[in-house]
Formats: sequence, C-alpha cells, structure tokens
Amino acid sequence: MSWARPLVLGRLVRLAWLLPLAAVGLFTLISLAPIDPVQAYVGDRTALVGSDQRAAIAAAWGLDRPATERFGAWLGGVAQGDLGRSITYDAPVSEVIARRVPASLALIGTAFVTSFVVGTGLGIAAATARGGVGDRILRSLAVVLSASPGFWIAILLIAVFAIALGWLPSCCAAPPGLTLAEVGIGDRLRHLVLPVATLSVVGTAPLILHTRQRLVVFLDGPAAQHLRAHGLTERRIAFGAGLRHAVGPALNLHLAGAGELFGGSVLAETVFAWPGLGQATARAATGADAPLLMGIGLSTLLLVFCGNLAADIAARIADPRLRHPRP
Amino acid sequence: MTAIELLSRGPGRARTSRHPAWRGAVAGGLVLLIMAGAALLPPAWLDLDIHAVGVPPGPWHPAGTDSLGRDVAARTLAALSVSVTVGLTAAIASTAIALALGLAASMGRGADHVVGVLTELVLGLPHFVLLIMVAFATGGGTTGVIVAVALTHWPRLARLLRHEAQGVAASDYVAVSRALGRSRLWVARHHLAPHLLPQVVAGFVLIFPHAILHEAGLSFIGLGIEPHLPSVGVMLAQSLREIIAGHWWVALAPGLGLVIVALAFERFGEALRQAAAAPGGTG
Repeated sequence: MSWARPLVLGRLVRLAWLLPLAAVGLFTLISLAPIDPVQAYVGDRTALVGSDQRAAIAAAWGLDRPATERFGAWLGGVAQGDLGRSITYDAPVSEVIARRVPASLALIGTAFVTSFVVGTGLGIAAATARGGVGDRILRSLAVVLSASPGFWIAILLIAVFAIALGWLPSCCAAPPGLTLAEVGIGDRLRHLVLPVATLSVVGTAPLILHTRQRLVVFLDGPAAQHLRAHGLTERRIAFGAGLRHAVGPALNLHLAGAGELFGGSVLAETVFAWPGLGQATARAATGADAPLLMGIGLSTLLLVFCGNLAADIAARIADPRLRHPRP
Repeated sequence: MTAIELLSRGPGRARTSRHPAWRGAVAGGLVLLIMAGAALLPPAWLDLDIHAVGVPPGPWHPAGTDSLGRDVAARTLAALSVSVTVGLTAAIASTAIALALGLAASMGRGADHVVGVLTELVLGLPHFVLLIMVAFATGGGTTGVIVAVALTHWPRLARLLRHEAQGVAASDYVAVSRALGRSRLWVARHHLAPHLLPQVVAGFVLIFPHAILHEAGLSFIGLGIEPHLPSVGVMLAQSLREIIAGHWWVALAPGLGLVIVALAFERFGEALRQAAAAPGGTG
C-alpha cells in the first residue's frame, strides 16, 4: 500500500486549506441571512416577549456584536471542541449532531449498500440483454428515476405501501409511544424500509447506466469473446469476469456520490420524520439556527471529503494501473 | 457526472438517438404549452371551492381537488409555470457564471487557481446542503431560490468550458492565426466562440432540469417559493397531510408534471451534448 500514503497526505493537505476557507465562506453566508434568529425563536409567542427580552436574548447569543467578532468567538470555541449552542434544539451543537448521526448513518449506510447492489445488478442485467426489451425497460426506468424528485417518490411510496396497503409505517424510526428499550429489531427494520427505498433511488439510477455502459464495452470486447470461445454462457461471463470488471469503477462512482446521499436524506428524513441529521438540517434552516447550520455544514464537508477519498482508494485497489500515475 | 450523460457514451446503444431538433421541439413545446396554459387559466380555477373538497379525479376535476377544494390540475399548471420561470432564470444565470469563470480560468494561472479553489469549495459540500445554505443566506423566497440555484450549478459546466478553451488556446490553428497577426479579439470570435457555443447551449439545457428539481426540493422544506404562490414543492409538502386521508391524487399530478418537464429537458440537453461532442459535428 505504498501508493496510499501520498494520496492520503495530499488529501489531508487539501483539507487543511479547504476547511478554513469553507468555514469562513459558510459563516459569511449564514451571517448574511436576513432572517432574525430571535424572531424565529420567539415565533408564535410574539405577544409574550417584549423588546427588552428580545435584546436580552440577542445579547445572550452574542448577536449584538459585529460578525467578525462573532466569527472569532466561534473559532475560539471550535478550537476547544465547542461548536456553539443550537437554538432550535436548545442543546450544544456537537451533542445534537452526535445524537442524530447514528440514525442518519443507519439510513444512509443501508441505502448506500442497497443502491450499490441493486444498481450494479440491474446494470449488468441490462448489459447482458443489450438492445433487447429488458435493456430498454431498465434504461428508461433509470432515466425516469434520475429525473424524479426523491421526495415525490417518497410520498408515492407512503401513499401506496403505508396508506393504501397498510404494510409499512410512514413515519419516524420507531413506533410512537415506546421507549428505546421497548422497540424491537423487527420494528426498527420495518420503519427503515420506505426511507431506505426512497434514498436508494437517488443512487441507483446512475449506477445502472454506468455499469451497463462499462459492461457493454467489456462484453463486446476480445476478453469476453475469448471466454465465449471457451464455452462459457453469457450469464456467467457477465456476472463472473464482467462483474469483476465493472464493480471497481461502480464503487468509485458510488462512493464519490456518497455526499449526495446526505442531500437526498435531508428531503427523505423530512418526509418520513426520521430523527436524523437531515431533518435537523431542514429545521435549522427554517428556524434560523446559525450555530447548528455551521456545524452541519462542516460535518457534511468532512463526509464528502471522506467519500471522495474512499472513492479514490477503492479505484486504486480495483485497478492497479491508477496507483502510480505517470508524471 | 449526471446519469443521462453516461447513456450516450460508447458502443452498445440500442438505437441511434434522435435529432436534437426533435427533442428541442418537444421540450420547447412543453414549456410553451405550460406558459400559455397558465396565462390563459381563468383565475377562478385556482380558487377554493368548499363544495368540492377532496374530490377524486373525475370529469370535472381531472386530477382531483385538495382539502381546500382547489383544483389540483389547474394548480399544477400554475405551479409548473412558476417552476419553469424560476428554472430558466436560474439556469441562465448559472450558465453565465460558468462561462465567465471558465473563460477566466483559461486566461492565466492565477485566475485558474482561484476558479479551482472556488470549484472545490462549491463541490465540497453536498449539493443540496449548499443550496440550503445559500437559500438561507438570501432569506428564502423566490429570489432566494433563484440565487441559490444559480450559485451552485456552474462547476461542471465551468470545468468543461475551461478545458475546451484551454484546448483551443493551445491549438496550432490559433498559433497560426496569431502569427498571421490576428488580434486576440478576432481569435476569440472566430475560433473560441464557435467551439464554446454548442457546449454552452447544451450545458444550459442540462442545468435546467436540475434547477427545477432543486427548486421543488427547497420549496418542499419551506426555504423556497412563498407558500401562498402555487409551486410544486409547496403543493407536495401540503399533500403530505392529505395522503394520510387517502387523497393520493393531490400528490400525483404535481410530481408527474415536474418529472415530465425535467425529462424532456434532460433528453433534449443530452441530444445537444452529443451533437456538440461529435467529431466534425454541428459545432
């Protein structure tokens, strides 16, 4: 793995300048917002809160100081591991994120694996049937799915499977009214099905098209011709040598798109009231929760960074030619 | 890389794709139909009707009515015209940013680095998270959506244009032109512009479907178009409460309309991109 160290080091250097720049950029964006956080916090209770109390709230959050000073204070806090205090959840930002990451990770992780298996499998199936009816159906499906908003698919899934058929729950990560200990693994899995299905759609469509395209090249090439001459069936070529040929680039593409899964999870978690980081993102934005938005922005930056790094490592593991790029 | 881009590469295509003009006619016709339909729509059709609350699709209400008795089909049409307007404005702005930054990056090393850092920053966050941040910074609303979409969709096209522009600038025929005493402006007009124009047009058409889908997403979580205006995202957000009562039709039409428009433009853009990339093609 001698090739891995320069790659990782190079990326860490890039992260070292990207992170501060992104922090400044995000802080600038968020302090530009015309939404008054005090008003967002007071909300319906406008009649109950006087101007003195508003000023007191603003002072408690440090909103009466100029933006540069607030950025300095925020940066000082971050250096000590303090990301500030979330307004909407009334808890430290790091605690909110830490509490919500597991739910999001379960959702995104399951969707990641599901869409990878389904996308690659269907892509290979389409390539095997290239030019035929099955191929055309699969490709049309992938194209339509890639032009569909994920949250609309989520609503349709709820309408069909939760309301009309009544098979699956439409909300939350567990049945309401139960404590964490009372929730069985079966309940958890049942609640996971529809959100995962929604989120998987986001990653499946490009994978189908990508895998199919790569495999068609392989199946029409000399290596497959050779295998055919040895008497292997088309299916064995596709799911044997073909799979090995296609899986590396597919994993690379899929990992590089892992950040987009988080974007999809913002909408999916909003639809399903899933208690994860995506839902918190939407709430923080509508509730003018600047500290939480900063924290989420920086965490997702790290997520994208890790996804891209993992993608490059996966590509090099799958294809040794990439390990030592010619200068 | 978008899904559709992958469709066209390499061998094994089931059939040769149709001429871009056909798909352009489909996409353009669709937009005209939506805009004309929304403009001609009697305002009364968008009003509440307490005598027709939660009516399933039928001859009077082809897509049913919602819990306030509003006709879903009429509202969808009005919402799509808003989507198209927002999408076109944002896509034009984003294309302009991509063109400006792509050209700037091909001018010199310093500018190239700056554009590279900007691109890294924009691509460093998940796309939808960045959209939320920008929409939040501008205070949401229609303007906020347009700014958010415009500021986040340029990197891919900018990279492509930068690559193309650098290729042209390094080519022999530009060197010959310069040696023959042609001015930079002449070279830009006669060598660079014909090369970039098809890419810009294809890029613009491909940004458009993403723009309308992201607009709907932002409106859905409440950071987009104001709730009193008809918009697909807001309609779908409101439909969440209605499908619990079994009123599935409230969600069906708006989403379907959006998918049809997005699909028409993706296919049109893909055909254009193919034509633009073809060696010795229409470019």
